[in-house]
Amino acid sequence: MTADLIIFIILALVSIGAALGLLFSRNAVYAALFLVLNFITVAIFYLLLNAPFLAMAQVTIYAGAIMVLFLFVIMLLGTKKLKTRGLNLWQRRLAMGLGVVLLGEITALFFVQGRGGILIGDIGANFGSPEGIGVELFNQYLLPFEITSILLLVGMIGAIVLTKDD
Amino acid sequence: MVPISYYIILSAILFTIGAVCVLIRRNAIIIFMGIELMLNAANLAFVAFANQHQVISGQIFVFFVIAVAAAEVAVGLALIVTIFRTRKSIDVDQLNSLKG
Repeated sequence: MTADLIIFIILALVSIGAALGLLFSRNAVYAALFLVLNFITVAIFYLLLNAPFLAMAQVTIYAGAIMVLFLFVIMLLGTKKLKTRGLNLWQRRLAMGLGVVLLGEITALFFVQGRGGILIGDIGANFGSPEGIGVELFNQYLLPFEITSILLLVGMIGAIVLTKDD
Repeated sequence: MVPISYYIILSAILFTIGAVCVLIRRNAIIIFMGIELMLNAANLAFVAFANQHQVISGQIFVFFVIAVAAAEVAVGLALIVTIFRTRKSIDVDQLNSLKG
């Protein structure tokens, strides 16, 4: 067992544990903090997969900006008022059953297609660096990049219009 | 070195937990977090395949997914705040005024 595999297994356990914490926590603030932990572990996976730029973007955008927005809204609405009733037992069992079926389907699809077994080696240092991403982004994907900026503008206008007091 | 299939299985597990979160929770904000978890699981699969095939396009797509998720969260949370103002609740079972 190599050091890489040990790191992977520990991180995977933390990641799945954080996801389960999100699933089962009663308090919305705890759920948000579990999700932050999950995002940070995924960022470390990105580092292991030779994607340093995405790892940093993940930490700043997901674990930083998006989760702060979530926490801000939770605080704004008040955690006490956010309590909701639990599900009926049969609904919970049905959901768990469907989840197991979904997991089985995804893994079965993966193994039927037979992708896998290929080891992850060291790729060139430029792969996944800000420079590599930027060159590809502005040569190959310039139009989608510009459309993303319009999408963000529309999202911003939408958020302002929706929450405006009138 | 870690086989790529481990990453894909981890991604599948995280995606499933996100989907179950959407199914069993009734708090709209936590359902939203489940959606974020599913997006994140898909991103992990993208990056793993980008590494396997040594094509950087997978990482570019993750970049776009992060941008779209940011826009989605801004609009979605604005919707939740607006719904909370009018209905005083974000329990998705009580938001049934559009029921046919």
